Amino acid sequence: MGRAPRSRIILGRTVLIWRLAGRDLRHRPAQALLLLLAITAATATLTLGLALHGVTSQPYQRTRAATRGPDLVAQLSGTPRRPGQRSPGPQVLGQVKALVHASGVTGHSGPYLLAGAVVRAHGRIAGVEAEGRSQTPAALDQPKVTAGSWVRGGGVVLERTFAEALGAGVGDQVTLNGRRFRVTGIAVAAAMPPYPNLCYTPGGGCPAPFPETPSPVNPHLGPGGIGLAWVTQPDARVLASSDAGSPAYVLNLKLKDPAGAQAFASAYNNAHQVAGAPLLNSWAGIRTADGLLVQGEQSVLSPGAWLACLLAVASVAVLAGGRMAEHTRRVGLLKAVGSTPGLVAAVLLAGNLILALAAAGAGLAAGWLAAPLITGPGAGLVGSPGAPSLTLPTAGLVVAVALAVALTATFVPAVRAARTSTVSALADAARPPRRRAGLIALSARLPVPLLLGVRLTARRPRRAVLSAASVAITATGIVAVLTFHATAGLEASGGPGGLGNPVYDRDEQMLTVLTIVLVTLAVLNVIVTAWATVLDARHSSALARALGATPQQVSAGVSAAQLLPALPGALLGIPLGVGLFAAANGAGTRVLAIPPAWWLAAAVLGTLVTVAGLTTIPARIGARRPAAAILQSELA
Amino acid sequence: MSEAGGTAVVGARALRKEYGRDAGLVRAVDGVDLDVAAGETLAVMGPSGCGKSTLLHLLGGLDRPTSGELWLAGQRIDRLGERALARLRREAVGFVFQAFHLMDELTAAENVELPALLAGVPPRKARRRATGLLEQVGLADRAGFLPSALSGGQRQRVAVARALANEPLVVLADEPTGNLDSESTLDVLRLFDSLHTAGQTLVIVTHDARIAATADRLISMRDGAFIDQTRLTGGSTGTLGALAGLEG
Repeated sequence: MGRAPRSRIILGRTVLIWRLAGRDLRHRPAQALLLLLAITAATATLTLGLALHGVTSQPYQRTRAATRGPDLVAQLSGTPRRPGQRSPGPQVLGQVKALVHASGVTGHSGPYLLAGAVVRAHGRIAGVEAEGRSQTPAALDQPKVTAGSWVRGGGVVLERTFAEALGAGVGDQVTLNGRRFRVTGIAVAAAMPPYPNLCYTPGGGCPAPFPETPSPVNPHLGPGGIGLAWVTQPDARVLASSDAGSPAYVLNLKLKDPAGAQAFASAYNNAHQVAGAPLLNSWAGIRTADGLLVQGEQSVLSPGAWLACLLAVASVAVLAGGRMAEHTRRVGLLKAVGSTPGLVAAVLLAGNLILALAAAGAGLAAGWLAAPLITGPGAGLVGSPGAPSLTLPTAGLVVAVALAVALTATFVPAVRAARTSTVSALADAARPPRRRAGLIALSARLPVPLLLGVRLTARRPRRAVLSAASVAITATGIVAVLTFHATAGLEASGGPGGLGNPVYDRDEQMLTVLTIVLVTLAVLNVIVTAWATVLDARHSSALARALGATPQQVSAGVSAAQLLPALPGALLGIPLGVGLFAAANGAGTRVLAIPPAWWLAAAVLGTLVTVAGLTTIPARIGARRPAAAILQSELA
Repeated sequence: MSEAGGTAVVGARALRKEYGRDAGLVRAVDGVDLDVAAGETLAVMGPSGCGKSTLLHLLGGLDRPTSGELWLAGQRIDRLGERALARLRREAVGFVFQAFHLMDELTAAENVELPALLAGVPPRKARRRATGLLEQVGLADRAGFLPSALSGGQRQRVAVARALANEPLVVLADEPTGNLDSESTLDVLRLFDSLHTAGQTLVIVTHDARIAATADRLISMRDGAFIDQTRLTGGSTGTLGALAGLEG
């Protein structure tokens, strides 16, 4: 008989592999669905993490265009003012003249007086930089009013994010340095970053001093509790009259080459490093400060996405191992009809790769659709970034990670199954368990459920490690959230203002999303690990029942086998969670509060109770199977 | 007798076990009546699939009958819950399986002591008892060996020792020599002989006529029903191994 051409053989094998893998997935839909969910959750989180890069660029540019944003903002400080002085002193006027006539500068607005004031609204208190503006629109940096109207005498326009934090709206009464003002409008601007990052411009800081003690500035947040407002120029002068220090001004500049603004600012600041010299901020630097609003989310989501991927690897590894335990007989049949070990491994791998590809697609779609919910630009900017553009490298990375997860988790069991001898595979012989003499001796002294649980754990140490790692990762996420709340609580109680912090709101939202993802993955993990344990222990459990163990003792033993690795995992999650939060929060640069002991104890106990609860169902189903039938099947 | 109690250790009345339904209905055990007296060795013979093993599992409370009565040590057990059945298996029944069913990761001594540990016997006492039983089955020097390091006959002797761990009322053996060569079969037969002599009640399911010939009573089964009962003399009077024709 003639031999078919090599290309036809390869094609035939490929078709066979995909057909067998497809049939297997259809034959076990529940397992396939669990695998799909595990990888989808991980890839969706990863997509979100990647999607957050650069999301503030677009809305900042829109805001800049809508407000005729300047290319450079100069902070100027003059000599102490004389009573009744209306215009800036000669020093400031000299600096302004030099800047507006500098090479490359094509336009300007200002200088505008900045008055540091304390604002009180609805019982809340905060610092505010009140900028004195003309009632007529400026050619450069004219804030865009999003509600109400522009400044008028006795009225104040609040920056939008700051107004939200204060809880103030158009028509509300507020006080600035004790003087009553009516909120006439809400506006956004591109010349200064929105609350709470107003004073985080590179090399900057808030130029205007604050007159009142105690300082409204939160001692833990530093200058983070200061907002921006606009008042008329006469009102600004009145507010500034109570300033103890030198008056501050801002001057907006337009450049011939806006792209060179950062270089211009750096060169100027380096050349003028004397006290009282103007400080220049470029539009690019302000955009970076805008990005601080989502920087926390980014620093939480990126490590979180990788944690989710690790959990997915653990889930898939346990699932793949469990599937292999069920596949032993099928492997024997495949080999008996002439399949090579390579073909057997390929069939087992192909099934999981199909699922990984489908999960990558689902994860990309879910992450892409969910991104706008958490990457909104914030009230301080106009426009929304919408769904982030799904670039080819992003999609490629997500698909590669999904395939790597499936490959990593499946490779060892697939190769092991392929190497199993045909005879023992046909006999459905389970992989020989490990012997841990010390644990076996120790377990003899324990109550029956623990005796069975310890021995089950000792039989499959790798699964126990995966289980512990899975719980540790979940507990890490939960403890990070608790640490965030403890830290946020400390910071909130440290300041007198009682203002909301949009950065913390976003971080909390992000951590909550991340925790939901991690908990979902962990739930899947616990279920599949328990299922794999039940499957693997079906013979020893049946034998234990034949020897007199009750079904309750056997199911409690399976639960104990999950809880034993879960306990160290949950405990390990405490330092890891605190560490994760510290790393994401900028180690050493921000305050860090360890959650109260009872919070941590509740987290550990809650995790263990959840693990026990989730394990109960597969454990009981396993314990209900007739022992006689299982023992008989070993003879088949 | 109106109930299978009395002096019988094990009893069954109109015992039935069915699988499937309608056209697929299989009667694995079909209306069996049985009494096994204390100290008696009963052999049940029949071709593969005749229901021998199912009967044994029913008698030991490892499986539940579809109908009929089951008695063990004067107690009706077919209506007991799983927990009570487990306690009964622990205290009154010892199983010996054809495939040995030893835990691969446990040594011979650890396998033998397991039923005692499950029954709540203190570890030291359980180990002492296991060591004694291994001595009794001639495997004292193999106590620390894993099953994989033992021969088939040795494994089955460990299984017999395990069945005796809680001093059961009855030992139920399912094809105990089915996986053994002649020499190992002889070892196990000698062991059963010593148990028989010591007054242990034994129910042995087998399709090997030589093993069956060693019993006090032989029941033949076909299609789930008893078709013949023979009372033998060799089991109680002679040497089991000799009657089985295995000794030279």
